[in-house]
Amino acid sequence: MPIVKTKLELGKMKSGEVLEITADDPGFAKDLPAWCEMTGEKFLGIKKEGNLIKGYVEKK
Amino acid sequence: MKDKMTIILFSGEMDKAIAAFTLATTAAASGMEVAIFFTFWGLNILKKSKFSITKSQNMLQKMFNFMSTSSLPITKLNMFGLGPWMMKKLMKKSKMASLEELMSLAKELKVKYIACTTSCGVLGLAQENLIDEVDEFAGASTYLNEAKDSKINLFI
Repeated sequence: MPIVKTKLELGKMKSGEVLEITADDPGFAKDLPAWCEMTGEKFLGIKKEGNLIKGYVEKK
Repeated sequence: MKDKMTIILFSGEMDKAIAAFTLATTAAASGMEVAIFFTFWGLNILKKSKFSITKSQNMLQKMFNFMSTSSLPITKLNMFGLGPWMMKKLMKKSKMASLEELMSLAKELKVKYIACTTSCGVLGLAQENLIDEVDEFAGASTYLNEAKDSKINLFI
């Protein structure tokens, strides 16, 4: 679900803008870079904050 | 050309449908073109009302539609409907999307629904018994034509 929401949010953004996504699913840390590889969006990194994972993506 | 994914949704259980729709929405969100072919019990997911009993059905078809309804069971620990209720509560608590939410996301992401006309014929289901989101009513050849150039194909 965080991936689908990422896709929908990026759809509303302009090229070059950065999206921060907060998720509580530990798989998200692997899923986000995998999704970026499939879609060609730019993966900027992952940050762990306790039980939460923050991901950063730059819209292509 | 876009990558393609096709799913045959044969089962009519909530947990299997959630698995299918999670993959379908994720694939669609990854830029793939997704089609789901609903056949046999999978058609229960598309029923408009709980029972889809119509005058044109014969006795056996009426019985089938009375016993297999759109309120979907789960594959394990169904406990006469208590299981699905518990599962829904648990999923809400862990903030997971419900089947209804996944299905509306699927439509937003343009996942194509194909309802198997052969199964509809066997079960006595007409077009008006199924939800309006169904894109196509077709048979095995239409599905095979979709699947032959799709990279991922699942039978659930």
